[in-house]
Amino acid sequence: MSAPPRQGATTPATPMAPGGPADALLAVTGLRKHFPVTRGIIFRHQVGAVQAVDGLGFSIAEGETFGLVGESGCGKTTTGRLLTRLLEPTGGRIVFDGHDITHLRAGQMRPLRRSVQMIFQDPYSSLNPRHTVGAIVGAPFRLQRVKTERGIKRSVQDLLELVGLNPEHYNRYPHEFSGGQRQRIGIARTLALRPKLIVADEPVSALDVSIQAQVINLLEDLQDEFGLTYVLIAHDLAVVRHTADRVAVMYLGKIVELAGSAQLYRRPRHPYTVALLSAVPSPDPGARGRRQRIRLSGDVPSPLNPPAGCRFHTRCWKAQEICRTTEPPLAELAPGHHAACHFPENT
Amino acid sequence: MAELLEVRDLRIHFPTEDGLVRAVDGLSFGLGGGRTLGIVGESGSGKSVTSLGILGLHEGTSARISGEIWLDGEDLVRAAPERIRDLRGNKVAMIFQDPLSSLHPYYSVGDQVIEAYRIHNRVGKKAARAHAIEMLDRVGIPQAAARADDYPHQFSGGMRQRVMIAMALSCDPKLLIADEPTTALDVTVQAQILDLIADLAAEFGSAVIIITHDLGVVAELADDVLVMYAGKAVEYGTAEDVFTHPAHPYTWGLLGSMPRLDRERGERLIPIKGTPPSLINVPPGCSFRPRCRYADLTGGRSAAEVPTLRETGPGHLSACHLAAIQRRRIWAEEISPRLEGAGQAPQAHAGEGII
Repeated sequence: MSAPPRQGATTPATPMAPGGPADALLAVTGLRKHFPVTRGIIFRHQVGAVQAVDGLGFSIAEGETFGLVGESGCGKTTTGRLLTRLLEPTGGRIVFDGHDITHLRAGQMRPLRRSVQMIFQDPYSSLNPRHTVGAIVGAPFRLQRVKTERGIKRSVQDLLELVGLNPEHYNRYPHEFSGGQRQRIGIARTLALRPKLIVADEPVSALDVSIQAQVINLLEDLQDEFGLTYVLIAHDLAVVRHTADRVAVMYLGKIVELAGSAQLYRRPRHPYTVALLSAVPSPDPGARGRRQRIRLSGDVPSPLNPPAGCRFHTRCWKAQEICRTTEPPLAELAPGHHAACHFPENT
Repeated sequence: MAELLEVRDLRIHFPTEDGLVRAVDGLSFGLGGGRTLGIVGESGSGKSVTSLGILGLHEGTSARISGEIWLDGEDLVRAAPERIRDLRGNKVAMIFQDPLSSLHPYYSVGDQVIEAYRIHNRVGKKAARAHAIEMLDRVGIPQAAARADDYPHQFSGGMRQRVMIAMALSCDPKLLIADEPTTALDVTVQAQILDLIADLAAEFGSAVIIITHDLGVVAELADDVLVMYAGKAVEYGTAEDVFTHPAHPYTWGLLGSMPRLDRERGERLIPIKGTPPSLINVPPGCSFRPRCRYADLTGGRSAAEVPTLRETGPGHLSACHLAAIQRRRIWAEEISPRLEGAGQAPQAHAGEGII
């Protein structure tokens, strides 16, 4: 496959992305990722593209927690992988800390890796079972050839203590730890190089409720201590409500709503957000009769062939003719509250 | 009241090289016909092992089972394997967590529902197919007659779970066990499936046991709630009782660790310290003691004595050594104010902002 066309050399240095200040730590404009679908073995030809992420724009301020929510297949994980440049964007622009990182090559990425780190979902498959905890958490120092003041071992032990693990467990292997402890090991590794931005992809969804709360509290404490900026990718709306300052709701590769957490949860504007929130079961049996639940019919359409116009129109109860033909832009309906809908709710 | 299902002092232990795993250790509960029981607990609390025990699915494994499981007047622990086979799918049916791995990829979904039906009913192929299509239609599969010939991979996750439900209900079971039926599904699809289970259970008059780690799902669906910890029941009561005035410190911990839609950002979660115990070395006395904030208040009893389920209110049981006075004080002064949403006060925000 040929390299995607390079762009960005001529675009202005500070693009304004919706919903964020100009001095953002991370600014994303028109971000796209299409995965080609090919047929044939010898003469491979492209028959289509999965439009996993299709034109995202947002910016994230330093010290902020930015939540990305949506159902499976909405492109939230792909977005996380684009931000950390584990995937090459098909189009658009990612500016981190004033530098365009959209199409950096692997070698040029190395300095960036110090500032941008990732926490993975599955604490079982993201740690090498044959390496000791010391080797796992110390790996970033070795890879980046960072000299630490009192040696790598001492630094690793400090990190383990920081995330609430016993520093004496330095020589143990991942299988000796529980899921929550493994996630802490992953977090310690993430923190090793004192990053500015951490992309956390479903950091607690594999954990039990009581352990989930421990890890959420730990992430909050670390943010306070080191002024970290988080991109929190999650399907659990309650977890995002609890931790995020601003939230973007994604549907089929697009942001349908972007707002401050309180605004979004109190007055959702996009019908999809409304339906999503009403679908979350409430741990209050008394609310059973009082709640009005919106039943969305059917499933999410395939991103291989997304619906024309508004991508949500096939499941939307408010859809009119215009929704089938014209794609609604992500418009600012109230200060800091963006929604992409022709007929927004709660206006 | 004659219960449909009565479990008495059930113990399911697995001998392993490392020692005896006490997956379920002295569990008792009852379930009336047509009611819905939610079993909540974290991984390793024994909730799935219990449900497999009710279905007799530990047969042929190393499991050592003792106690009694009475279903409609028959003790399943002592029944012959052939008899259990007769009942399974007929009187008791199960919906599993992952619909993709519980459906056979080589057979069309119609054939799989037909098979489930014909095992227990002497009917011809045509009649069975008609019944299967009717069932698929009732669980909301569009164009059921045409889709019956499709294979599981041609269905989405939610549709597969509907097929599982059609199969489970095809013999009109008296008891339906749903083990984490929506954990693998997205939240909008989860809502569809929960509604479907509730509607069909009411229509068929089946009793339902729903096993989940999600307190929201239980509050949504269950009449009664059983909270399990380390193979034992720690609290039992109506959903109303357990959610509005829970009596066990573990239940308090679960409610406190849950991020909620109706709670503001910035309020800190109150996690339960530590991790669940190994089921090989369950702590003596109360198995929750090492993680309990209030264990010291019991004057050493919690270290020495295994607490039994005692009534804290009519039909509301809790296995805790805390004295009623202490428990009420802690709940009123420390726990309830922090949980606001789950507190007794009628709250307005449960549906706020949602149309």
